[in-house]
Amino acid sequence: MSARERVTGTVANYVDERTGSAKWLKKNLNKVFPDHWSFMLGEIALYSFVILLLSGTFLTFWFDPSMEHVVYKGSYQPLKDVEMSAAYASALNISFDVRGGLLMRQIHHWAALIFMASIVVHLLRVFFTGAFRKPREFNWILGIGLLTLGIVEGFLGYSLPDDLLSGTGVRIAHAIIQAIPVVGTYLSFFAFGGAFPSEIFIPRIYVVHILLIPGIMLALITVHLMLVWYQKHTQYPGPGRTEKNVVGYPLMPVYMAKAGGFFFIVFGVTALLGATASINPLWLYGPYTPGQVTAGSQPDWYMGWLDGLVRMAPPWETYAFGYTVSWNILLPGLILPGIIFTGMALYPFIESWITGDKREHHILDRPRNVPNRTALGAMSLTFMIVALINGGNDLLATHFDLSINQIMWGTRIGIIVLPPLAFVITKRICLSLQRADRELVLHGRETGRLVMLPHGEFVEVHEELTPEKKWLLTQHEQAAPIELELVDQAGVRNPKSFRAKLQARFSAANAEAVAKPTAQELKQLENEHH
Amino acid sequence: MSNELAPLSDPGLPAHVHRKADTDPVAEKRAEQQVAVLFGISAFGTLLFIYSYLFIDTKSFVFIPVMGNTNAHQLGLGMGLAIALLGIGFGAVHWAKTLMSDTEVIAERHEMRSEDSDRDAFVVSVKERAEVAGLGRRSLIKRTLGLSVGLVGISPILLLGDLGPMPGKSLEETSWRKGTRLVTDPGDRPIKPADLEVGAVAQVLPELRPGQKRTLNDIAKDAVLLVRLRTEEFQLDAERLSWTYQGIIAFSKICSHMGCAVALYEQTTKHLLCPCHQSTFDVTRAAKVIFGPSARPLPQLAITVDAEGFLVAQQPFNEAVGPSYWERS
Repeated sequence: MSARERVTGTVANYVDERTGSAKWLKKNLNKVFPDHWSFMLGEIALYSFVILLLSGTFLTFWFDPSMEHVVYKGSYQPLKDVEMSAAYASALNISFDVRGGLLMRQIHHWAALIFMASIVVHLLRVFFTGAFRKPREFNWILGIGLLTLGIVEGFLGYSLPDDLLSGTGVRIAHAIIQAIPVVGTYLSFFAFGGAFPSEIFIPRIYVVHILLIPGIMLALITVHLMLVWYQKHTQYPGPGRTEKNVVGYPLMPVYMAKAGGFFFIVFGVTALLGATASINPLWLYGPYTPGQVTAGSQPDWYMGWLDGLVRMAPPWETYAFGYTVSWNILLPGLILPGIIFTGMALYPFIESWITGDKREHHILDRPRNVPNRTALGAMSLTFMIVALINGGNDLLATHFDLSINQIMWGTRIGIIVLPPLAFVITKRICLSLQRADRELVLHGRETGRLVMLPHGEFVEVHEELTPEKKWLLTQHEQAAPIELELVDQAGVRNPKSFRAKLQARFSAANAEAVAKPTAQELKQLENEHH
Repeated sequence: MSNELAPLSDPGLPAHVHRKADTDPVAEKRAEQQVAVLFGISAFGTLLFIYSYLFIDTKSFVFIPVMGNTNAHQLGLGMGLAIALLGIGFGAVHWAKTLMSDTEVIAERHEMRSEDSDRDAFVVSVKERAEVAGLGRRSLIKRTLGLSVGLVGISPILLLGDLGPMPGKSLEETSWRKGTRLVTDPGDRPIKPADLEVGAVAQVLPELRPGQKRTLNDIAKDAVLLVRLRTEEFQLDAERLSWTYQGIIAFSKICSHMGCAVALYEQTTKHLLCPCHQSTFDVTRAAKVIFGPSARPLPQLAITVDAEGFLVAQQPFNEAVGPSYWERS
């Protein structure tokens, strides 16, 4: 035994005698993870979160979350001797007088954007492949919770420096709180410690931003990952992959090396962005004052859809009995986002109610094989994209020399017309792809090779698919719709409830599909050829 | 709902295909060297990082095509860090992909659900223990426990009471009073009508009394925008017209939608535009909303001149400025 082995053995023995971890580790070092590029999206979110913790901790060493008035004396000349809050002055100090400070600020901000982007794309992957189905509904809800917290956390983060742009964002958030019926005014006074902007808001959101929300997110992420571990990862369909197994690489060493390496790649790319791509140059905005604003004020992208909705809202307010209800704020600022996020969280249960499917699923769907879900996803995405476009309507107008009024009317109409259109088109595309799959399985791949037969007929040679490919295209289940029994076994008319009728209706729409080839059809074709 | 129509049975995992490095010792050696080079590049990145931190002046700039003038210190640090991290990352992934085993492993999966026997045993033991605690029988204890826990839960909410003052009527009040002079922002100079040419815009604030200090909270309610038109351009009723002075009209600068500063004035159309959500107000018609999400005109401040000829407010705002709220009437 070499000296190194002896030392390792002693340490391992010491730990195991006190924790009994050898048994657990032995089992879990062989834990199998399926491999697919789309499984890295959630990983990017996780790694960005770690980067955010690291870079954020660095920033707290110099950031002073105070709204006390100071006169700037740092090295950025254009703002010299300008009166500003201590928070803004310290953000300038980090950017100009702390070595590596600007880099860390930019890494922090880029990591936040990447964090949110990877969460959203991860969510889309999970949605379109049906990974949220039983038994993973809890993890879906945890994910929606993390997305929501991420949006709030990001907003608070870019509100902290107290520059003109961020203060404008806070002003808008304040107006949304204040618009809540009955309690809004009180809530805003409690949150801000008085009227807007107050002198205590930044210190308050600072502790929420650096402690409260990250703490909750860390806990949720831990549970999220433990569930992934415990329930074992889903896998894409393919030969040898079933609902009863997991095919992939063992945790040690392959997955450790790949995942560990990938963390460094994500960090490296973030550092590269932080080094080369300027983000939130807050020294250009100046200190916040409620009497000023910068043209082209834009939130970060994950808030852009919300701002876009607010911009396109119709100018509705109702006044009754001496009270005001601002629909122009409530509708786009609270009610619609509430419906969207609640709908997202409930979706796994809605789908399982429609399909009547209560079984576990570990093999992912190919989106084309679930046309309604895919179409619903495309519809929601279209809604969000139209809203996001309107969030940048002022920039679109100035950059492309367009009329802002026309863009606004375009998106106002578009947000109603385009999503249903996207639904219909996507569903048709899915069904066409199913038809194409069917053709492929039955008649093989078109090779493009034309052959002239002895009697002069030209035919294109088709190449039969491999058994693996045929399996991939036909392994999915095509569920029959839930039938509504109008007459029960005794022959008595069964007045079904409204809910059952609704379910049958949805279920029928959901079951629309191009029949996949059957064994008989294939056999018959083979016989014809030979 | 079944799979019985599947035309083919699952052919099973395809045969493993060896990579070049699995069979060719030369390729294996090359892969090993590639990994080593990547790790070496990482080390170089860290050296660049250290060098930049210690020796590149924080105020020195370099010109980089596309990026323009860039702070050399921050760029050196960032590039060093990026190279260091990417080197490790690509090295590890390359190692895993070329040299570590790529044989796929199959693990079994079990249903999440516990065995029926375990479930039954669980229910039995929970019932037993609940019986021991007497939870079912002792309803007096249950109720008083519920009451006390509920009450204790309220106390932290009560503690939050001092987060803020009660709003009271404060949202309806601004610093504008009858006779308050309009002063420039910035500068705090009183204004005479002659200071403002036709077509000009100015931001003003109420004049400070001696010893008074202006806070951001004041500005958030008091900011006012002056616009001077020709009197005949106004389309106002008699009362609103009497609130103007020689073509000078004053509006609250705080948007009636969400409180941004309504900062963009278009001289040709005489429209005020809020850059946040594009609510557009027509100055000639007492800031009537002609586009965008805002539901109310900007409040108009009645102005006139005092004995010395300086612009002053005739009266306070006759409505609350800024965004709507529940109690706003």
